[in-house]
Amino acid sequence: MSSSAIAPAGLSAVSLSNVIKQFGRFAALRGVNADFEAGRFHVILGDNGAGKTTLLRALAGLAHPTRGTVSILGKPPHEVCHEIGYMAHPSLLYDEMSGMENLRYVARLYGISGDDRCRWVIGDVGLDPDLSRPVGQYSQGMRQRMSLARAILHDPKILLLDEPFSNVDVHSAREMVSLLKTMRDSGKTIFLVTHQAPLLDGVADEFVWMQAGQIINRTPHFDARTTPAKQP
Amino acid sequence: MTSKLFPILAVLTAIFLAYAFYLAMFIAPTDALQGDVYRIIYYHVPSAWTAFLLFFINFVASVQFLANAKPSTKRVVNWIVIVVGIIGFIAPFFPQVKAQLPTGMYPSSVATTALIIVGLYFLVGKLFPGQKLDMLALTAAEVGVVFCTVVLVTGPIWARPVWGIWWAPGDIRLTSTLVLWLIYVSYLVLRRFSDSAQTQKLAAVLAVFGALDVPQVYFSIWFFRTQHPQPVIGGGGSIDPRMLHVLLLSWMAFLCFASLICWSRYNLERLRREVDEAEALESLNGSGLPAGSNASTRIPVSRSTK
Amino acid sequence: MSFWSITLATLAKDIRLEWRSKDALNAMLFFSLLVVVIFVFSFDPLAEESRHIVGGLVWVAFLFAAVVALNQTWARELRNQVLDGYRVSPAPATALFLAKVLGNFIFVSVLEALMAPLFVIFYNLHVLGPAWQLIPVALLGTWALVVNGTFFAAMSLRTRSRELMLPLLLFPVSIPAVLGMVAATTNILTGENSAHFYIVLLLTYDVVFTTACLGLFETVLQAE
Repeated sequence: MSSSAIAPAGLSAVSLSNVIKQFGRFAALRGVNADFEAGRFHVILGDNGAGKTTLLRALAGLAHPTRGTVSILGKPPHEVCHEIGYMAHPSLLYDEMSGMENLRYVARLYGISGDDRCRWVIGDVGLDPDLSRPVGQYSQGMRQRMSLARAILHDPKILLLDEPFSNVDVHSAREMVSLLKTMRDSGKTIFLVTHQAPLLDGVADEFVWMQAGQIINRTPHFDARTTPAKQP
Repeated sequence: MTSKLFPILAVLTAIFLAYAFYLAMFIAPTDALQGDVYRIIYYHVPSAWTAFLLFFINFVASVQFLANAKPSTKRVVNWIVIVVGIIGFIAPFFPQVKAQLPTGMYPSSVATTALIIVGLYFLVGKLFPGQKLDMLALTAAEVGVVFCTVVLVTGPIWARPVWGIWWAPGDIRLTSTLVLWLIYVSYLVLRRFSDSAQTQKLAAVLAVFGALDVPQVYFSIWFFRTQHPQPVIGGGGSIDPRMLHVLLLSWMAFLCFASLICWSRYNLERLRREVDEAEALESLNGSGLPAGSNASTRIPVSRSTK
Repeated sequence: MSFWSITLATLAKDIRLEWRSKDALNAMLFFSLLVVVIFVFSFDPLAEESRHIVGGLVWVAFLFAAVVALNQTWARELRNQVLDGYRVSPAPATALFLAKVLGNFIFVSVLEALMAPLFVIFYNLHVLGPAWQLIPVALLGTWALVVNGTFFAAMSLRTRSRELMLPLLLFPVSIPAVLGMVAATTNILTGENSAHFYIVLLLTYDVVFTTACLGLFETVLQAE
């Protein structure tokens, strides 16, 4: 996008206006109004069923809001999809192919030619590009890293990460956090859904609390006392 | 107001249907070759016309519904319809095309039909904006399937004594009607089984596929000699005017009947969606807990209306 | 340019995955063999009669085999929600569709190539018409089944009881194509009539429905 090479902090990168998402009679998002600044690290917290994943999916353009609009860098998500990196709860990878083969295919989808970028990204998340094992035989931690590599492959400005630390040992999680910190420092806007918020205290710029499909609080620090509901 | 109007219209339609039945059974002359058996056509043919009309309305509504997705597509589709209409209006007067028309079908009548189709397209778009298009498509498909079933049941009943067989495989009209019926049943099945929030779009896509299919069926059996009697209107004009009179009257009665059913079904659908919307709103304003579990036991019917 | 590179990459990926797992391929081959054998047991005509009915039998067998194959195509994309990964990428939906159709076309063609000789052996077939015409009929007929099949398989992803829905949606729409294939094959086998009309009909069917599928696939893919 030419509109923002590296969006300066303070500019709204993502804005949601009265976003409602309903699945039949169940409302997953109930009127979310929010603006998020570019170049910040936002952590989204809340109970199961609070609408965190749906919010990320709406930002990624996977869930079309029943009402309301989502705009990313001033446009609807599907028009800026090459600026969005999405890491879902499932890995989004083919279990039967090796990590490199998976990334090579994704690179083709984003119009990236050559293997250099793929190798570089795999190295970045701390894996070996020459590992020929299929992803299905990776450990959970390795798979999460590969999934992160998939999300950042095309160097997106906006990163949407759904529970990147689930089933990952503390050491690996710390490594991922420091990688995300570098990315934030290079101007990326990060949205991260997690249940392990303490890991990110001091790293993230903002903690966004969700409950029952709404954003109820936004705090600059993680503080268990401000937690409106019990955290696991 | 509609609650008062409906019974009145229902009684009027019933009287009309009874009158048509009386005409068909007692007034219309007996066929010289087939005897009284032929009288079933006063039910068979009007049902067929009604069913085809309803399926056509479903197609038009589905195309409109898909075209509404983006303003640009809507413009393109509108222009395509207009161009097709103009071609359909002018083409029958060219000698080459004229020669292809079946005997008894006049170029002017084909041209008028083309105009009516274009008019219907825009009329439907005007009268049924947005979600109403989908409700119209659903209603037309459901009622159309019922009338088409009547056609498929009465056909063999008539064919057995007259042709000596229940069903003529490979006959162009029989097969295309059967395929049409199958397509619309699969349309209703899709609507029932779909899990998607965008069932309406998927159903509209299927309706377009079905409409593309019918001419193909028609042509694929083109080579087979048809066993079916020629169409009574524009098919040579050999029918007794008194018979034609009764036939048209009975079609009118059937159309009234069909409109009445459609109206009632449409209202039911509208109410279902209003209930759905109200409950969705309730869950929006309420605690936010999944309300589906107890609500769905209360009104199980609304499951099909997603 | 990038459209074709995405199509080819997706096709290559599908073939590679199929080659690695081979489970679908093996199951399909055995299924097709069973279909042929059951048909042979059910219909045991003289060589003269068989020419008239084999056209129908062959295509019904292919249709069943194709449905089983088509049900598998999108299953792979649902595991780990890889399809969502495609949906968030800027790659055009039609490229994915075309790659899937090409993949299925190759797959079903291989099945047919293996099943057809079995029919010839079991039914002692001897073609009386121009045999070379069977090739365009087979190619066009297979394309007709596969293009709509891939489309409706994608559509049935959004329904309950997915695998059951595919034939319910696919068969009614495929009837004209099946009529065309069967009539063309019978005409060629018996040599009594020309099959030209039906070949043209199949071609028209393919063109019309390929266009419709490409035009409407985006809607189906983006439906949740």
